Amino acid sequence: MNHKLKLLALAGLVAGLCMPSCKPKNTKNAVSADAAAKAYVAPGQYDAYYNFVSGGFSGQLSAYGLPSGRLLRVIPVFSVDPEKGWGYSEETKPMLNTSHGFVPWDDLHHTELSQTNGEIDGRWVFGNANNTPRIARIDLKTFRTAEIIELPNSAGNHSSPFITENTEYVVAGTRFSVPPDDVNGDVPINTYKQNFKGYLSFVSVGKEDGKMDIAFQIECPGVNFDLSHAGKGKSHGWFFFSCYNTEQANTLLEVNASQKDKDFIMAVNWKKAEEYLKAGKGRKVNVKYAHNVYSDKTHSATSEMKNMVTVLSAKELKDICYMIPCPKSPHGCDVDPTGEYIVGSGKLAALIPVFSFDKMQRAIANKEFAGEYDGINVIKYEAALYGEVKKPGLGPLHTEFDGKGNAYTSFFVSSEVVKWNIKDLKVLDRVPTFYSVGHLCIPGGDSKKPSPKYLIAYNKITKDRYLPTGPELAQSAQLFDISGDKMEMILDFPTIGEPHYAQAVPAEKIKGNQVKIFKIEENAHPYAAKGEAAAKVVREGNKVHVYATSIRSHFSPDNIEGVRLGDEVYFHITNLEQDWDVPHGFAIKGATNAELLIMPGETQTLKWVPDRVGIFPMYCTDFCSALHQEMSGYIRVSPAGSSVPLSYNTGKTTPEAAAAK
Amino acid sequence: MKRLIILTAATIALASCGGGSKPQETSNEPVAKSMQEQSQGTTTTGNPSYDPKRGEGKFNSTNVQVSDKLDTKMADAGEKIQGVKCASCHKLTDEKLVGPGWKGVTQRRTPEWIMNFITNPDPMIDKDPAVQAQYELCLVRMPNQGLSDEDARNILEFMRKNDGVK
Repeated sequence: MNHKLKLLALAGLVAGLCMPSCKPKNTKNAVSADAAAKAYVAPGQYDAYYNFVSGGFSGQLSAYGLPSGRLLRVIPVFSVDPEKGWGYSEETKPMLNTSHGFVPWDDLHHTELSQTNGEIDGRWVFGNANNTPRIARIDLKTFRTAEIIELPNSAGNHSSPFITENTEYVVAGTRFSVPPDDVNGDVPINTYKQNFKGYLSFVSVGKEDGKMDIAFQIECPGVNFDLSHAGKGKSHGWFFFSCYNTEQANTLLEVNASQKDKDFIMAVNWKKAEEYLKAGKGRKVNVKYAHNVYSDKTHSATSEMKNMVTVLSAKELKDICYMIPCPKSPHGCDVDPTGEYIVGSGKLAALIPVFSFDKMQRAIANKEFAGEYDGINVIKYEAALYGEVKKPGLGPLHTEFDGKGNAYTSFFVSSEVVKWNIKDLKVLDRVPTFYSVGHLCIPGGDSKKPSPKYLIAYNKITKDRYLPTGPELAQSAQLFDISGDKMEMILDFPTIGEPHYAQAVPAEKIKGNQVKIFKIEENAHPYAAKGEAAAKVVREGNKVHVYATSIRSHFSPDNIEGVRLGDEVYFHITNLEQDWDVPHGFAIKGATNAELLIMPGETQTLKWVPDRVGIFPMYCTDFCSALHQEMSGYIRVSPAGSSVPLSYNTGKTTPEAAAAK
Repeated sequence: MKRLIILTAATIALASCGGGSKPQETSNEPVAKSMQEQSQGTTTTGNPSYDPKRGEGKFNSTNVQVSDKLDTKMADAGEKIQGVKCASCHKLTDEKLVGPGWKGVTQRRTPEWIMNFITNPDPMIDKDPAVQAQYELCLVRMPNQGLSDEDARNILEFMRKNDGVK
């Protein structure tokens, strides 16, 4: 056999082997030749889209540019970030306060951009805390977390932070049902069915300032609420939540919550709930939750503990909530751009059901119910069903839309994205992902107006895709060009933490609104030093307040004496710069917390408790000028009871006060 | 030239999938990787046709010896390993936990199939029709638990004990 023949035989063999299992699903296994050009953004050029990606167990949120996949910023949200002083500076500590006290970490699963008239408006992005239930609002003028609200009566806020089409509400739903906060929770765990409840929270969002407030909660049967999406257009006024564990198991859910062939998507008529609220049908309940707000005027956060929510009962107020049977253990719950189609992705189901809003409305009007689930009307499956996508793949999770009549669903188990037509429910295209895809994102893909140039798949496993890094490997995002009929992979890149849901928006919606500096004259921080003349050091008992300034390239004061062991020193650093991109950092030897990064015009405070006598250097950590290395100073710490007087200066080589020998 | 032919072969295989309307094959193994392996011939030499009775791996009917009587020492050793590496997912009854229960497995499968699957699960999950059907039910791939040949043999003996061999 000559060489060519051997190769042909081998090729035939390969083909033969591939055929029965249909292994390579399509030619997009190979990246096409022009992929690099499609993802290339030349140095100095801007990306076309911002991509806000949840950081999962990092607790943070990252902003990437698309199509380049360049990481622009990691925004600290629920986890401390020593790099930015988040959760370490005195000003930001209150942001992580909860009814449990200071919580330094959480698990951010989903991002949702604010909308007006069902379109992304570029003002805020919301994030959910999946562990200690909270919602955060990030201001896209500063790319900083502006507000965090805790959710009482909840455990594991997963079906969140999805919003209504004018950002009237951002919602939360309990993933782990628990006994409500106002009853005795000291009950046997196996009394789940009697004692555990699932709460949904509707958090109102201020039209102008974005301020969040828990407008009402709905008490529902104890199940696991998983994901949600608001109705839009014709279905505006409704919200849809997927529920699993309708078996109400309290142990080994892997098995015991996978018993039923169908769980539910719960449809919530929130306009009706508003009516009941107005009519006084709500029950005031004593609870405890933190509401934390950051001010760009005082450059400080405040944490307020609140103690009351209004609860509506889904069992008593029969026309708020309806259950729609959905096969099997539904995860994603996605509403198409018209608001007519609700796609449930049963992660253990072999099909994708598509429900019709109009049919559901008729079914409710005609009382086409199959019975009740714990006091909630269950609509007949067929009465709400538009149709099913048959055998689309294994392990459907999430669906996004292109606004051209197509849906894109991720399949975790079979590691692929499947494009299908909503009207005729036919599969149009499929591409493999590398590997085990979770969420998908099309810019505006859950809004009324998608911008369907790209689709990003967020993968849980990367295995052999990148250089190996020990036992833990990166998670990844994979970028597809979906402008043609076929999806085409053009790039993949690692992400921070584990990416869950992400959203993307054309850069024009955000890039022009950026805060570049904080005006020093508007700085209302109580410890601001507006100008070097205002720099001083003040002793109040054992507390020493240093009102310091920073400017390229020195601190004022930069020599401080008279601090004694037992003192608590507060460095309030005001950055006097008024130019873009000139932050200063601040660090001091032995500090048991972190650094500060102070933006132009801002004041931030680092608390330092010296633990020994001696001379301690402090310095600027953020390279600010050619003389950055000179931007430093010293603090002298004397023993407790020392008579060294408090003194401070900049630029004097002889101390004003004579130091004690 | 070589690349071109393989690509052609791959394309033929792809075309046979009929635009993807078929139900999915049950692998979350890298599709491209499996294809690559096949293209390079690493899995095509020596074992061109998968034998569902034997499975795939180093064991066959000649190198696995099973007697009519139970070797209690081996079975005890197998039980210990089972407690650490298997019991989280497999019950000893016929009840499914994460994976299927073990009751009757030594009647359903040949000894060499069991030992191959224990020591070499990934290729078998991709190739064995019965395992693929099971995977569609369980949705979790049986992991490679890094068992030695001796471990696998001891577990087989414990499975035999569990199935009533005395």
